Amino acid sequence: MDPTRRDLFKIGGKLLVLASIGATLEQITGAEPAPDAYKMADHWWGMLIDIDKCIGCGNCVRACAQENGVPQGYYRTWVERYQVEEGKRPVVESPDGGMHGFAPLTREDVKSFFVPKLCNQCANSPCVQVCPVGATFVSPDGVVLVDPKYCLGCRYCVQACPYGCRYLHPGTQTVDKCSLCYHRITKGLTTACCENCPTFARQLVDFKNPKDPVHNFLRHNKVQVLKPYMATEAKVYYKDLDGAVR
Amino acid sequence: MIVLIAAVAVFLLLRRAIIPPAFGQYGHYRPGALDMVRQRPVSFAGQDSCIACHDDEANARAAGRHIHVACEACHGPQVQHANDPGAIKPQLPNVAKLCRGCHEKDAAKPKDFPQVVTTEHMGDMPCNSCHKPHNPHV
Repeated sequence: MDPTRRDLFKIGGKLLVLASIGATLEQITGAEPAPDAYKMADHWWGMLIDIDKCIGCGNCVRACAQENGVPQGYYRTWVERYQVEEGKRPVVESPDGGMHGFAPLTREDVKSFFVPKLCNQCANSPCVQVCPVGATFVSPDGVVLVDPKYCLGCRYCVQACPYGCRYLHPGTQTVDKCSLCYHRITKGLTTACCENCPTFARQLVDFKNPKDPVHNFLRHNKVQVLKPYMATEAKVYYKDLDGAVR
Repeated sequence: MIVLIAAVAVFLLLRRAIIPPAFGQYGHYRPGALDMVRQRPVSFAGQDSCIACHDDEANARAAGRHIHVACEACHGPQVQHANDPGAIKPQLPNVAKLCRGCHEKDAAKPKDFPQVVTTEHMGDMPCNSCHKPHNPHV
């Protein structure tokens, strides 16, 4: 026998009652997740890079790849070696992103140094501005992140980033970039690159923490951001940055 | 008029169905994305986890110039070992290759950083024939 409209209403009513009982039980038994100790409003993340301490060992690049599952041939962070000679264009090398170090440089007659690079965690980020679907954004604690569920893979942000920090993940076909190890820093750990830097050339900083050594550092050292003329309000500060670095 | 009202109603229903709940809570994005990013598992356990058990090695390191080098910078990501020390035993790093990664002479390195031309300095000898990795001073 076919169900009548009255039968359908009865079944619907019973289902509603069961659903409301289930929801009430969940509230009573306390099935809600534990409150999170991490408060986004209390942090404003960035990084300090001391160029005069970087030895180009590639530890940061390897650690980043291991921590974040970065595919081979792509880099969330990388290290460049600059050779700056008067009257010539600077020579910039980054074989495999500096992941395995560099072939020893023997020329002492040119100015040479290493520069670690990563997403500059801009507060006024061009990549965020161009995303058509709200898949890339600045979190309330100042980290530029990508929502892999919403990213269309249109690559506008890859083109918009003045620092070349983004790539299209070959597996997911969505954009990927440095997340400042958001999954670590929100647990009270430092980033994988900072954790593994043997010379403290990279330091995670929290500008909202009054006890963070960054405040003293900025008070006593000359620092610069990459491409300041882009007005991106980058939060990765470089100490002793040479003018040849782009 | 009825068509217009129906169109607006359909638009509002579709909008409600498509836009995720809480979209715009913090900005023009889905707040659930923050939790999604945070859920990624950690690979490097961090200094504090290592030192909690390996205080002998930590003390040896604290007495030497590797005091600021994190354990996992040489030993690799060890969160699995930290979570289950009995079952997961880390392998020792290849010392010859490991030391060269930092200490091979390069003109671009800071001048005050200890560096050698390894082939001249030690030939084929492994570094730990003379230097103890946790406190390398001879």
